Amino acid sequence: MSESPNPESLLTMTGIVKAFPGVRALDGVDLDVLPGEVHCLLGQNGAGKSTLIKVLSGAHQPDDGVITWRGEPATLGSPVAALRLGIATMYQELDLVPGLSVAENIFLGNEPASFGFTKRLAMRGAARDLLRRLGHPEIPPGREVGLLSSAGQQLVSMARALAHDARLIVMDEPTAALAADEVDNLFRIVAELTAEGVAVVYISHRLDEIRRIGHRVTVLKDGRTVAAGLPANTPTSELVNLMSGRMVETVFPRRDVSTVDESREVLRVEGLTREGEFADIGFTLHAGEIVGIAGLVGAGRSELLETVFGARKADAGTVMVNGKPLRPGSVPAAVAAGIGLAPEERKSQGLLLDQSVADNVTLASLPAFSRAGFTERGKELRTARATLERLDLRPADPRRIARTLSGGNQQKAVVARWLVRDCSVLLLDEPTRGVDVGARAELYRLIHQLAAAGVAVLLVSSEVPEVLGLADRVLVMREGRLLTEAPAAELTEAAVLDLVMEGSEVMT
Amino acid sequence: MTASSPGTAETVDQPVQPPPANVPKVRGFRPDLRLSILFGVLVVLCVIGYVTGPDTFLSESNISTMLRLAAAIGVVSVGMTFVIISGGIDLSVGSMVALASVWMTTLATQSYGPFVMVVCALAVGLGAGLINGLLIAYGKLVPFIATLAMYASARGLAERLSGRRTQVVNQQGYLDFFRGAFLGIPVLIWMLAVVYVVGWVVLNRTTFGRRTFAVGGNAEAARLAGINVKRHTAMVYAVAGLCCGIAALMVVARTTSGASTNGLYYELDAIAAVVIGGTLLTGGRGTLIGTLIGVLIFTVVNSIFTQNNLETDVQNIAKGVIIVAAVLLQYGTNRTRKT
Repeated sequence: MSESPNPESLLTMTGIVKAFPGVRALDGVDLDVLPGEVHCLLGQNGAGKSTLIKVLSGAHQPDDGVITWRGEPATLGSPVAALRLGIATMYQELDLVPGLSVAENIFLGNEPASFGFTKRLAMRGAARDLLRRLGHPEIPPGREVGLLSSAGQQLVSMARALAHDARLIVMDEPTAALAADEVDNLFRIVAELTAEGVAVVYISHRLDEIRRIGHRVTVLKDGRTVAAGLPANTPTSELVNLMSGRMVETVFPRRDVSTVDESREVLRVEGLTREGEFADIGFTLHAGEIVGIAGLVGAGRSELLETVFGARKADAGTVMVNGKPLRPGSVPAAVAAGIGLAPEERKSQGLLLDQSVADNVTLASLPAFSRAGFTERGKELRTARATLERLDLRPADPRRIARTLSGGNQQKAVVARWLVRDCSVLLLDEPTRGVDVGARAELYRLIHQLAAAGVAVLLVSSEVPEVLGLADRVLVMREGRLLTEAPAAELTEAAVLDLVMEGSEVMT
Repeated sequence: MTASSPGTAETVDQPVQPPPANVPKVRGFRPDLRLSILFGVLVVLCVIGYVTGPDTFLSESNISTMLRLAAAIGVVSVGMTFVIISGGIDLSVGSMVALASVWMTTLATQSYGPFVMVVCALAVGLGAGLINGLLIAYGKLVPFIATLAMYASARGLAERLSGRRTQVVNQQGYLDFFRGAFLGIPVLIWMLAVVYVVGWVVLNRTTFGRRTFAVGGNAEAARLAGINVKRHTAMVYAVAGLCCGIAALMVVARTTSGASTNGLYYELDAIAAVVIGGTLLTGGRGTLIGTLIGVLIFTVVNSIFTQNNLETDVQNIAKGVIIVAAVLLQYGTNRTRKT
């Protein structure tokens, strides 16, 4: 794959390696970008796209590999260095200061100034020129950025890139927050920029967009480039095939016998809707069953889980647990009915980091560990220790502070909280995020054990192989809707990927 | 817990690791480095007091005076500790003390006798605190703003009720009881002790206390664990208000009157004591023992300055220095613990 760099290339990256503790996020990435082209990056979640963007923007330093910029070897030592070379990055979450004006944001950190005084008039004039170049002279440079629409904010972000005289602009899912006509405008701007010789590295999950504006495609898988510089009109099936078949380091423990008890329907969701997040979702969950939800980030999966759990209030629809309707929008009601949630953000939503594991484990069942309001410390510690041993959390010391545990053990501690309650439905949102390979295998085994004990598990994961490997049944979500429901055995990774990614042709 | 317990512990082929040494432990009875340092500071201050006034400082009457002066602010600080551990702040405690002290000493209230005066003070404190709590929990006001509003309006109401006059207590029964002594120890000191013991038990041995730590440590995690975070938040501020009501009883007993100027700057002293005591302003961590030592440190400093006839301006400068020094000292111990 690594030929000698094309002399005409704007940017060439060869053999880029970046390792984090426990993961090799990039393991030999090659990328070759020509001036004036839209170069698309494709790959599943975890394929290494985000890490690659961070290397490009100077936020991460690669451990190995060569970067050539306009024919010269280059190091992107810091975001400032990357910007000086002419590489600007537009992140998915726009990095603008909402309280500052459009002009101030465009020139943030780069203010035209003399003797420390900003030249406000010069700045506004320059901002107006840049916005005109982007075809939006109507945006007033003095307007507060927080008052603009997300499309307007994106334009400001793009103007900032131009203010740095960027030769290469990295766009990370720029259309995620845009309406259809705003997407058209974005594509027009991209076309104009490339006509001027600016190159764009474009990341999107929407294959139809890639077809509309892309020139060439590079596909990443498991931190490696599996195909570089393909023409953008490569057939979908070929692209999907390239992306799938990920080497999954973890062997999924195959269950010989299904533990599903079809006679016991534990959870029934009907017509569940939350405006702007998801609509008309319905499914059932049986005792001992593992159901996986596949879909991209932003498809409404976490929102669905939190709504089932009552942490968000549904606009319409019902949730029934063991045949009884659940009071909507009440976490205590859901917990009392036997639902447990291990949330997506373990640290910010799941754990009391500065408190002991025992405190964390008993948090959802304090009344069971108290008499007349007085906590029974001994009982707490005993139960916590027993649960930790059952989950194989080592060391099984309930007095340990949650912060000091590894990612996998923190996840186990969150699950333990619901085990001591004997919950009948367990909602797991990205249970293996940030968990190293060895601990993942343990978590998979744990999920199987739970199902074997009759718990109904609803699992959300961005990793398609994980969903297929663990679940009995798979629900595929896209843009807030439930597309398909099928037994996992009847689905292939490529088929699921095809479903979750192809969505946006519906909109155009 | 037993019948349907999932996963009958699988035998695992990996060796069981011994628990690593130096695992940080949680709050409890164990000697705590931070508290030991604080206690050391208190002892050093007492030594200074003794050296500069060997005849007076450790005399029974001086100790008794110091503790009686510390009583009201000490009780207020208990409520403040709960609020701060829950992740909030209460700027209105001083004003609530003033309002309760005025309301219980109006001629109308006093006409019903000492018992009604006590009930009145407690109810006024509890009510004002509950208003704070409801505004914060259900009205979604930031604690700083909600209690700032109460800070202004409670004292305003106190001024209106009293016409800015000092209302002398005419109920001798009230004064006899609260200014009296039991087993040779003044009632005010007993009250202080009881409030701390009860506060400690509630904070460390009840589900209410556990939830307070949980809400302050990670409100979202507490909510997703099924805890009614809003109701709990409201209750914590009500507790703080109740403590102000108790403090009002003490102030009225000590000064034999109620006035709208009572409890001035209590919020600052209480916050300072809580912070010196090692409670995190961001919530989730803290101890009442630390708060008590914080209160005592201030009391001893006051006493030293008074017995040496030093001006209050010097005294205030010293207070500021102590706050900064205590926090820096703890910051230091914190850092060394993490590495």
